[in-house]
Amino acid sequence: MLGELSQPIARRLLALVPVLFGISLLVFVLNAVALGDPARAMLGQRGDPEVIAQIRQEYALDRPLWSQYVTWMGRILRGNLGRSYHQQRPVGEVIAERFPATLRLAVAATLLAVAFGLAMGIAAALTPGSALDHLLMGAAVAGISTPVFWLGLMLSLFFAVWLGWLPVSGYGDGAMANLVLPALTLGALHTGTIARMTRSSLLEVIRQDYVQAARAKGLSEVAVVGKHALKNALIPVVTVIGIGLADLLVGAPLTETVFAWPGLGRMLVAAVGQRDLPVVMGAVLVFAVIYVLGSLLVDLAYLVIDPRVRRE
Amino acid sequence: MSERGPFRHHGVQVGGALVALFVVAALLAPWLAPFDPHDVPTGLAAASLRPPGPPNALGTDALGRDLLSRVLYGGRVSLMVGVGVELVTALLGALIGLVAGYYGGWPDGLLMRVTDVVMAFPSLILAIGLIAVFEKPGLDKVFLVLALLGWTTIARVVRGEVLSLKRREYVQAARALGVPNLTILFRHLLPNCLAPLLVAATIGVGGNMVAEAGLSFLGLGAQAPTISWGAMLAEGQTFLASAPWVAVFPGLALMLAVLGINLLGDGLRDLLDPRFKN
Repeated sequence: MLGELSQPIARRLLALVPVLFGISLLVFVLNAVALGDPARAMLGQRGDPEVIAQIRQEYALDRPLWSQYVTWMGRILRGNLGRSYHQQRPVGEVIAERFPATLRLAVAATLLAVAFGLAMGIAAALTPGSALDHLLMGAAVAGISTPVFWLGLMLSLFFAVWLGWLPVSGYGDGAMANLVLPALTLGALHTGTIARMTRSSLLEVIRQDYVQAARAKGLSEVAVVGKHALKNALIPVVTVIGIGLADLLVGAPLTETVFAWPGLGRMLVAAVGQRDLPVVMGAVLVFAVIYVLGSLLVDLAYLVIDPRVRRE
Repeated sequence: MSERGPFRHHGVQVGGALVALFVVAALLAPWLAPFDPHDVPTGLAAASLRPPGPPNALGTDALGRDLLSRVLYGGRVSLMVGVGVELVTALLGALIGLVAGYYGGWPDGLLMRVTDVVMAFPSLILAIGLIAVFEKPGLDKVFLVLALLGWTTIARVVRGEVLSLKRREYVQAARALGVPNLTILFRHLLPNCLAPLLVAATIGVGGNMVAEAGLSFLGLGAQAPTISWGAMLAEGQTFLASAPWVAVFPGLALMLAVLGINLLGDGLRDLLDPRFKN
């Protein structure tokens, strides 16, 4: 199977090159526009002219823009994202410190969204037109339409302030209880889209001949849906899960701000407030690369699940 | 669907009603608001964080300002950014999509690679990054950044439509007759792309409103004294335990407005695009 897959995988990897190049170019241009003179930005208005000259040489600022880009790209590829103005240490270090919290939140949000979304979608598809169907799909639309930060505030108000079941905010040294509300909040939109896609996809598959044949053979409804229908119905759901990755990343700064979660998103927002541009650029770059690689993984998962895609 | 008429569609009914309510409330805010939304009353201690009840139907905020009046005025900012940004992005996206789809070749290749790159970023993250470029955040920067990033969806939609339209006989005939390209683009192709464009733009308005509120919530958008639902929510978070109404009402208004826009957009798609009919 690997031999059969190597060509489409190579094609997708190749398609990434212009996208990654474009992302790096965009961040570089932003950097240049925002900083004006990075040497001065680093040292402030009263910087020692001699030190400024030294930095200019080190960062190739006295050479043309394309040459500066090559130098900058070379540093990035070696993992050097520059130094934070505010914290006076490497940006890579700052990001590495914040990354695990965001990853943990994103994984928890995805798991919750997939579990709830599938359950809601299947339940709705098995009883189309019923009150349960309307209730579940209404909840899905509400999940999609509710702005993530307001949902976070309302969940916090209900479960933490009024019921007192869960902590209002904070990382709580990694306690599970602290993870629940942020993960529910971040995953809500995703839950809604997965539920809707599962329902419509399953309804479509259930109508097909091979499912009718399985029924005619006298298989139980559980076997028909569980073993035959669901397998094919899940193919488009995988795509939705992949697209949802973008929503998770977009939701991260907002969710993390609502719940005082010490992740990349909150770091990005704080860095914008402090105009700590190396951290801002580093975070934007990292978010973009995660996003692009995430979409690639989904593409690859698709290749494995659905043989039809391999022959495109 | 047509035999039932557009106004029998449930999504269009509910969505349209919510959108109408939102637009009317925002436009008529100066006449509907019971108080001046900026007015900090004297005798602050008594007026601060008053729960909903006469004379403040939705209560007051920490500075004793009437929440109902502020929610009404906040709708104006939301409506202005939502629709204003969408007008710019729809125009930009339509132009890019028309050119890419009609001319094909290298202009198409180039424009679609640029689209890919912009779409490769999670948009709010890039918006936050762009805001950092400016010395000071503000609503004008939010407007600019959202307009700069928002055109990709419409460009894709219009390009796809043009790709299929340009093979139709009427376009081939126009070309054979020597009709100038610009006339074909704007007289023959653009009007036939309007239905999907309208659907995408409607949903885009909701997206812009959420983005503006999100950026303002993070402190990167509207600054005081501009009234934005997002900024009001940030304030509300501080008093979540003692005065939850400050956080509840601006968010509820935002959610209902966006829900209405999404329902309307989905409904329009059902009505205008036969492929989405069940």
